[in-house]
Amino acid sequence: MSEFFKHLRYVLTENPVTLIAGTMFVLLVIAAFIGPSIVPYDPMASSASQSLKPPSWEHWFGTDQLGRDVFSRIVVATRLDLAIAVSAVAISFIFGSVLGSLAGFFGGWADRIVGRITDTIMAFPLFVLAMGIVAALGNSVENIVYATAIINLPFYARMSRTEVNIRRSADFVLAARLAGNSSLRLLATQIYPNTLPPLMVQVSLNMGWAILNAAGLSFIGLGVRPPTAEWGIMVAEGAGYIVSGEWWLAIFPGLALMLAVFTFNLLGDGLRDLIDPRRRT
Amino acid sequence: MNRNDKLRIIFGRLMQAIPSIIGIIIVTFILTRALPGDPAVYFAGPAATEKSIQEVRVSLGLDKGWLEQFWIYATSLATGDLGVSVSTGLSVKEELIRRLPASLELTFLALIFSVGVALPLGIAAATRPNSWVDQLCRLVVTAGVSLPVFFTGLFMVYLFYYILGIAPAPLGRLDIIYLSPPTVTGFYTIDALLDGDFETFGAAFRQLILPAITLGIFTLAPLARMTRGAMLQVLSSDFIRTARASGLKRSTVLYSYAFRNALLPILTTLGMVFSFMLGSNVLVEKVFAWPGIGSFAIEALIVSDYAAVQGFVLAMAILYVLLNLTIDIVYTLVDPRVGLES
Amino acid sequence: MKEKRMPDAFPLLDIKNLSVEFRTRSGVVKALENVSLEVLRGEIVGIVGESGSGKSVSALTAMGILDPAGHVTAGSISLGGLDVLGASEAVLQTMRGQQASMIFQSPRTSLNPIRTVGKQIGDVLHRHNMANRQNLREMVIKALKTVRIPDPDRRFDAYPFEMSGGMCQRIMIAMALACSPELLIADEPTTGLDVTTQAAIMDLIRDLSRERNMATVLITHDLAMAADYCDRIIVMHAGHVVESGTSRDLFLSPRHPYTAKLMKATPNGGGSLDDIASIPGGLPDLRGELPPCRFSGRCERHEAICDSSALIAKEVSPDHFVNCQRPL
Repeated sequence: MSEFFKHLRYVLTENPVTLIAGTMFVLLVIAAFIGPSIVPYDPMASSASQSLKPPSWEHWFGTDQLGRDVFSRIVVATRLDLAIAVSAVAISFIFGSVLGSLAGFFGGWADRIVGRITDTIMAFPLFVLAMGIVAALGNSVENIVYATAIINLPFYARMSRTEVNIRRSADFVLAARLAGNSSLRLLATQIYPNTLPPLMVQVSLNMGWAILNAAGLSFIGLGVRPPTAEWGIMVAEGAGYIVSGEWWLAIFPGLALMLAVFTFNLLGDGLRDLIDPRRRT
Repeated sequence: MNRNDKLRIIFGRLMQAIPSIIGIIIVTFILTRALPGDPAVYFAGPAATEKSIQEVRVSLGLDKGWLEQFWIYATSLATGDLGVSVSTGLSVKEELIRRLPASLELTFLALIFSVGVALPLGIAAATRPNSWVDQLCRLVVTAGVSLPVFFTGLFMVYLFYYILGIAPAPLGRLDIIYLSPPTVTGFYTIDALLDGDFETFGAAFRQLILPAITLGIFTLAPLARMTRGAMLQVLSSDFIRTARASGLKRSTVLYSYAFRNALLPILTTLGMVFSFMLGSNVLVEKVFAWPGIGSFAIEALIVSDYAAVQGFVLAMAILYVLLNLTIDIVYTLVDPRVGLES
Repeated sequence: MKEKRMPDAFPLLDIKNLSVEFRTRSGVVKALENVSLEVLRGEIVGIVGESGSGKSVSALTAMGILDPAGHVTAGSISLGGLDVLGASEAVLQTMRGQQASMIFQSPRTSLNPIRTVGKQIGDVLHRHNMANRQNLREMVIKALKTVRIPDPDRRFDAYPFEMSGGMCQRIMIAMALACSPELLIADEPTTGLDVTTQAAIMDLIRDLSRERNMATVLITHDLAMAADYCDRIIVMHAGHVVESGTSRDLFLSPRHPYTAKLMKATPNGGGSLDDIASIPGGLPDLRGELPPCRFSGRCERHEAICDSSALIAKEVSPDHFVNCQRPL
């Protein structure tokens, strides 16, 4: 364990970018938890007299067409955006890793069925499939979560399949088997926990992508509906004002989105260095 | 390895696409039937009467069993029937075919841009590790995947249209003062050139630049990352050392030895790149009011035009399978080792 | 000391007091220190040592294709009169393949996997203007014939993966010798090949070297093989040359404790340094401060003087040098 912390310190000092990412991550989490109670304005309060004001001392990121404070809305939106991404990734992580482990452990039919499912999902351009799923299931936030979860599923399934497959015949598994443990028990207690570190890297890298996908879906008018504060829809609402010069409506939420994605991607890279120093790029 | 073997392998690849296509058809079928409530009501559209809903129900076979429904669905697909768009009243197939060239023109230009930037950047980064090019490549790779494509697009519109005034308004394929060129390929730039109309060509091209770059930037990252990685790996391989020890010129070693080998893993990545591209295409089309199949799908989504949306999903999936198939075939032709194991 | 030895012979490859460092993340690795060696025309010289002893680094430096992390900190290399360390990359490129060539271990991965072997040999011929478009195929086939490849016309269009390791090594030799270089460096050319193929490849290298009066360097960890094929042997350990002399001298009277250990560890041929069990310890870590004699940590004859005085090459008999304070 002390070896681990030494390596953690090495990664953080060697790569200050990871440190920055870690800090930004903490800020995001704070905004998600206590955002609504610290913002200067009510994110829903519109005011005709205050509409479309450029960034100023009172309104850091300006106001939108209804006079709502853009900064407050962005901070408040953090919770919804992260919630969508976290739940989607959690669902695909749980289902994907379980399916993948079963496929990798039992092989044969289990492997073929799971392989066929993941191949079929991957046969679609993933964002397009997500659009189709939301259209079919109905236009709601939960369905955005499900759609994002489904398109992420293959990555986890494939990865845990490979990881389990490698470990299936490892010595300690053999030892456990000789000690009389049943197959499923073996998988659940001996193999599966060992596949988690590489999967966690995937989770982190995947979070950014999940945020992008969810925001993309709400940008085209799926899921989240106005007047809810959400980054994707804020960019969509502000898009029309870009050509007339009111840039702050779309640019600030877009930047927030970008920073969030960037944070998770950098964090994923850092995590990968931490877990597998060999795979440094 | 002779020509016949190659043909056999390519045939095998074609056959491998069949399960994918069957999978796609099953999924789209499920999507059309997963609608909460009565699918017939949805497919008939909001303005439907009791009679038209009944007609839709019969034509979709909703009164029959699942297997029979699937059979009706699959056979109508086989004849190219994707149903009727309730919002436009035209057949979905016609709508898609009419709008496809706009999307393809945009996607191709984006791909050219993305490959044209990513490959040289990745190669330069790999040949000069830790130099400024390498750092730039790293920045592009990390930032590129973090940029929401619609944000990039809007930012570019703001910068190049509103501030600098050098780009045309983001309103479709051609400014209204121009007439669209006579249709040959459906690509405005190419049709304009074929027509000898350079002014229209210029106008169409100017409209294309921003959306294509927007789309290209997003796909640039995975390509540059892969190019850099593949080149680094190839450059450290034994045969590159042999080539250098034989006195081959740096350019020969780099391009005809290293790069050609690196191209193989890059080709494999291209599949993922196409997936990104077809998906982001929808977003870019919305930002730039591009009249392609992505905008069509978005409009259809808003008015709950289900036949149109599912037709779009199916068309994109088939297009994606075809692109992947093309990649596979190119790979087979490029790599002499393919097929040896079988 | 050098003046005494064959004053009229001008060595084709002359490495003097070469030191090379690798700057890595984990510190500076002193891969070579004060290495001197020379190879005459028509002579086959073996460089023997464990992995990591600096054999390959010496060869790669002589060819001017050292990894960018490697830096020459001292010394000089003269190859047929050319100052390798001072020459421009363009000059070195022309030199490689034309004056000096190198072949490597694992021949199957040392050839471009997606280019036919004929084209690969052709590339080298074309580069050094030894063939033009018209006679390229003919010249390549000629090169294939010199390495005794059966059915060269058909092999021209073959890819490396379609051939055996031994055949690939022949291809590499054909490629290396296509432009008739004066120096051939063979870096463990038979590692990974089966025993009969090993002998065939070594016979081929020896015959071609003799025929062409080439200077040949054979890098190997197989002492028995070096003894069979080389005129002279240079023993390296941890980046130092520890002993050099004729194969006969070295075998009959090894003077460095390390060489002696190697002899004992290699019974009657067939043995290689990989299975040395009788030499205690491994190679020292080449990072950080090192004692004057890098073998001292593994040496039974080690005494205080070994740690206090710098190493000096002693000529114990004509042309037999040993780098040791307390030679046997």
